[in-house]
Amino acid sequence: MRSADLIRFARDAAAGHPLRTVLLVLAMAIGVAAVVVLTALGDGARRYVLNEFSSIGSNLVIVLPGRSQTGGFNPGNAVTSTPRDLTIDDAQALLRASSVYRAAPLAVGTSEISYGGKLREVTVVGTTAEFVEVRRLSLAHGRFLVTGDWRRGASEAVIGAKIQDEMFGRQNALGQLVRVGDRRFRIVGVLAASGQGLGMNTDELVILPVPLAQAMFNSNTLFRILVEASSREAIDSAKAQVSEIIRLRHEGELDVTVITQDAVLATFDRLLGTMTLAVAGIAAISLAVAGILVMNVMLVSVTQRTAEIGLLKALGASAATIRNAFLAEAAMLSIAGALVGLLLGHAGAAIIRQLFPAFPAFPPAWAVIAGLATALTTGVLFGVQPARRAARLDPVQALARR
Amino acid sequence: MTSGLIELAGIERVFRLGDSEVHALRRLDLQIASGEYVSVMGPSGSGKSTLLNLLGLLDRPDAGTYRLAGRDVTTLSADEQARLRSERIGFVFQSFHLVPRLTAAENIALPMVLAGIAPSRRAERIASALRDYGLENRADHRPDQLSGGQRQRVAIARATIMQPAVILADEPTGNLDRATGEEVVRLLETLNERGVTLIVVTHDAGLGARAQRQLLMEDGLLQHDRRHGSETPGPCVAPT
Ligand SMILES: Nc1ncnc2c1ncn2[C@@H]1O[C@H](COP(=O)(O)OP(=O)(O)O)[C@@H](O)[C@H]1O
Ligand SMILES: [Mg+2]
Repeated sequence: MRSADLIRFARDAAAGHPLRTVLLVLAMAIGVAAVVVLTALGDGARRYVLNEFSSIGSNLVIVLPGRSQTGGFNPGNAVTSTPRDLTIDDAQALLRASSVYRAAPLAVGTSEISYGGKLREVTVVGTTAEFVEVRRLSLAHGRFLVTGDWRRGASEAVIGAKIQDEMFGRQNALGQLVRVGDRRFRIVGVLAASGQGLGMNTDELVILPVPLAQAMFNSNTLFRILVEASSREAIDSAKAQVSEIIRLRHEGELDVTVITQDAVLATFDRLLGTMTLAVAGIAAISLAVAGILVMNVMLVSVTQRTAEIGLLKALGASAATIRNAFLAEAAMLSIAGALVGLLLGHAGAAIIRQLFPAFPAFPPAWAVIAGLATALTTGVLFGVQPARRAARLDPVQALARR
Repeated sequence: MTSGLIELAGIERVFRLGDSEVHALRRLDLQIASGEYVSVMGPSGSGKSTLLNLLGLLDRPDAGTYRLAGRDVTTLSADEQARLRSERIGFVFQSFHLVPRLTAAENIALPMVLAGIAPSRRAERIASALRDYGLENRADHRPDQLSGGQRQRVAIARATIMQPAVILADEPTGNLDRATGEEVVRLLETLNERGVTLIVVTHDAGLGARAQRQLLMEDGLLQHDRRHGSETPGPCVAPT
């Protein structure tokens, strides 16, 4: 039998039993659509986190006080009970490193802001002019803190977009005097709205010069030092140089944790990638179920079409021809189901993107290919047994069945 | 009779049902020459269909040999037998056995499709078959849109489309009224006049008598083998 005829024969056979065909196509389609939608969700989550994390700056190296627990047992840690504070001098010292392009110290605390009788609790960030560059922030109005001596600062403040809205409404905040804690500051800039983001939301911040913030918190430690390496290639050497400088300054003990943005990104990438894979695996189970359905429906079909199989044998069809006809039908139904599932899955992912525009729910190519391949393989594999049964039927007995 | 197209020697066919054995064919010897018109008659259960199935290579004997056109076909593989069915044998059944989802033309084309004949060569033969059997304006009808006589004409067209040497018809008129049955038999006889060997199983003594050679079966045995009215005993009449 020619392949074109085989395909036409299988197609007609499938079309001859619309209910059975629709059922099988649907089962396959649901399996493939599940793979597509679930991996789109998983991979969307991965991309979302990576995007958010990338947007906080580039080539970032972050210094936090204290040894990270993940470093394992360190005899040095056992001796020192409390790590040394991270100071503005530490931050300034980092600028000597050849791979360090910029650095911004960060002191964080909470306080209250008041203006014109309104009072609000806010997160206060003490930093320097470099912060706006390192974090890639943009301003809606005015300017950021002035560059200059990190140990001295004017009584100037930059506020987030939401603070501007809540404290000043439509009124221009620039030049206004506000009280933060027990000091008065002049507002010199308003940050552009950043929308939702991971971690720190800049919309609700009040940014002050770092020495004034430390005075307000009555402490001279830093929460973080953000370091921008001079290039992507320099990230690793920046990390090494930063660690070495801090170690020397802290009497030979590395009591800080230095992480790179890349390493954090890679960890998230791995974690969420694994999650997507697991989700794809779960979705693939529905494909196996669809495969079993293919087998059962095809077995019913062989029984229903016993007389026809007997006739085909009487007309000279070889066992191979009959086997191929049934296999072709199973494969065709699987392909049709896979294609419908692909359409449904992509439509589902598109709807998710419509509903949550910030969420990049695109199914990864590997998942689409693996889903289609699994659908086809299970369809054909589970089609083998019914096809063999059809091919083995005794023609005389088959013909006698009506 | 000299070199037979069909030569059966010592054919046995036994069906086992539990402990009981049914001897559907017993030590059957039979020779049929090319171009003969043979009717097979006998009571129900006498082995007529079993004989036809063996002749059509749908079934294998438990003993004996079957030579078709001088070649021993008893021991052929299933695929080789399928090939012979495709090339040399045409079946006509009592219940027509048309594929319900296929049109008349597609049913007629089925043996050629299964044999892998190119569509261009098929079209021509289908057109002439439709013409020969008066089915031109029924080509695109499905079996359920055809009358009984038309269905059997489609089945005969299908049986002849590969130009087989032998046509095997098992009660071809069993599901038809008298006039239509007559018409179908005439079509089969026309094929025989053109040289096709025709073997018809029938209940109807009138139809059976039209054949030049009449076989009478009883309980798996060939009781009579009659030609042109002159009776000769069957080659293997076991005295009972
Ligand atoms: N597949 C089978 N299994 C068991 N017995 C069978 C089978 N086919 C035919 N027979 C028996 O063999 C005998 C001959 O049957 P068959 O050739 O169909 O008779 P006919 O066609 O002359 O009516 C009958 O007794 C029938 O019951
Ligand atoms: Mg019978």
